[in-house]
Amino acid sequence: MPEPQCARPRSVAVEAVAVAAAATPDGGAAPGHGAAPEPGAAPQRRSAGSDGGAPTGKPRGLWSDAWHDLLRNPVFVVSALVIVFLVVISVWPSLIASRNPLSCDLALAQEGSRPGHPFGFNGQGCDVYTRTVHGARTSVVVGVLASLGVALTGSVLGALAGFHGGAWDAVLSRITDVFFAIPVVLGGLVLLSLVAGTTVWPVIGFMVLLGWPQISRIARGSVITVKQNDYVQAARALGASPARIMLRHILPNAVAPVIVVATIALGTFIALEATLSYLGVGLRPPAVSWGIDISDASPYIRNSPHMLLWPAGALAVTVLAFIMLGDAVRDALDPKLR
Amino acid sequence: MTIIDNTTADVPSGPLLEVRDLHVEFHTRDGVAKAVNGVNYSVSAGETLAVLGESGSGKSVTAQAVMGILDMPPGRIPRGEIFFRGQDMLKMSNEERRLIRGQKIAMIFQDALSSLNPVLSVGYQLGEMFRVHLGLSKKEAKARSIELMDRVRIPAARERVNDYPHQFSGGMRQRIMIAMALALEPDLIIADEPTTALDVTVQAQVMDLLAELQREYHMGLILITHDLGVVADVADKIAVMYAGRIVETAPVHELYKRPAHPYTRGLLDSIPRLDQKGQELYAIKGLPPNLTRIPAGCAFNPRCPAAQDICRTEIPALLSVTERDGTELPGRGSACHFWKETIHG
Repeated sequence: MPEPQCARPRSVAVEAVAVAAAATPDGGAAPGHGAAPEPGAAPQRRSAGSDGGAPTGKPRGLWSDAWHDLLRNPVFVVSALVIVFLVVISVWPSLIASRNPLSCDLALAQEGSRPGHPFGFNGQGCDVYTRTVHGARTSVVVGVLASLGVALTGSVLGALAGFHGGAWDAVLSRITDVFFAIPVVLGGLVLLSLVAGTTVWPVIGFMVLLGWPQISRIARGSVITVKQNDYVQAARALGASPARIMLRHILPNAVAPVIVVATIALGTFIALEATLSYLGVGLRPPAVSWGIDISDASPYIRNSPHMLLWPAGALAVTVLAFIMLGDAVRDALDPKLR
Repeated sequence: MTIIDNTTADVPSGPLLEVRDLHVEFHTRDGVAKAVNGVNYSVSAGETLAVLGESGSGKSVTAQAVMGILDMPPGRIPRGEIFFRGQDMLKMSNEERRLIRGQKIAMIFQDALSSLNPVLSVGYQLGEMFRVHLGLSKKEAKARSIELMDRVRIPAARERVNDYPHQFSGGMRQRIMIAMALALEPDLIIADEPTTALDVTVQAQVMDLLAELQREYHMGLILITHDLGVVADVADKIAVMYAGRIVETAPVHELYKRPAHPYTRGLLDSIPRLDQKGQELYAIKGLPPNLTRIPAGCAFNPRCPAAQDICRTEIPALLSVTERDGTELPGRGSACHFWKETIHG
């Protein structure tokens, strides 16, 4: 007959399999505030007390940690500078190009570079430099708004599906499948040919319509992963309401993948706008867009390559900058790549 | 011989929590997993009930059902009642139950690191209790959080209130979990393996703190554990679970002295002891049953050294245990056809 066993420090696991101490939920990411106050707000502190203390020297949150990583990443610095420049010239194009992109002189059509007109003239005799600078606005507006729209729509729908599960999730998943089956360019040709107008809104609307399912899937998966964490269970056990659990506990932990994908998608939306404009269903003249200029210039590529190369080059650099930025953000937010 | 009815707890005001014939099942691809199959237990104010069992014995699922944080679906409660202060919580609305959670019944989880949100400071998470349930302002909530952290003896609470969970050691994190559970001075605390993820040296400190605070606030405590060492010092009574049923109940020291169920005896025999040096450690042979295919009769029969034919056909009821001369042993019960042979040798 066994004696009473009271030696407490000798904890005896009855369980066949010892419960593995779960790994850090974020794979060791040093987590932090959503709207992170910069590290100064969380003063550095040496370990206090006998059985505790900060395990890391510099306490930082996930976001401020990611920010520090980004600043040390040359890819981020270069792409961010390019993007800042693009944003500035799309807000104030007259800073570096004071002419009117729509005032053209047919007599100068297809002329090459000359003083005051470094990029030459296009088929209508418009200044290519001015048009290239002014075209940045369209690209940046379309890219940023489409990304925002996609990120908001996709993450709200995806997060609700992941959070509630069940029928809502099943229905949403099938709807995303339907949208995935629509080829983007073909869909654009069909849908955008139905709308008239020269504004960017139909193009943005179309991109949001076809783009949200991708983000919605990612948000759904991310929310499902986070939802299974013990701290969500703990929040429920402490009586937090579903809205509070979603907004305070799940969202800040689930948002990183959405940000990464939306940033990378921004570059592809800019390229898509150019593609659609090239095909004649995106923006239409008199709107100024790199896609339109590339389209107009393509018949003359042998005689006057400058008409095509400048807007195409600007497009390539812009798309590259956004995609590189997205990559850098992903590297910074994904602790496994550290 | 009577069927044990825990409703007749020896506290004048009646038990704080009473679980009656609780059944929980999960619908899985392999069929219906019967995780809890008719559990009865009760806890009174100031009392500690230890629920002991292997992984998959249903101890945590029972607790989740009590807390109302079971994922449904896939979980389902086909039968049973959970009375808290005489009210059946299974009949309450979600909102009524949410207000009980945290305020009247609180839970402490096993792994404090994963139970704390990594992107929120501990002060925020502690303060959340006051803000959700009492509607305090941010500033008031913070002041209360610091008080609480002092209460669970976190050094330099005022400076550390804005730190993040990963900046605390394991023992401190578990104390923060305890602080969160205590925040609103609940009537009942359910601690689900509160020390499993901790170093043995810290385990004792955390258990002592928990026991002390329980005495001070006169709370009921349900301590879910697989660690017989933890139970001995803290608990008043023990319920041993196997395959979703309670197989033995007893006041804590009696269980160690004279187990009345072969499974309990197996557990006690598998504790390593210093005087056994060089001998092989006893292990209960076999594995816990698959909950989608619980063996007929007594669920323990395939692993039981004393199993007879009746064990394979008839489910033993939880019966009260008596001395050889028939005097009843208060609070003791065993769900074994051969409890007499087991306890009296």
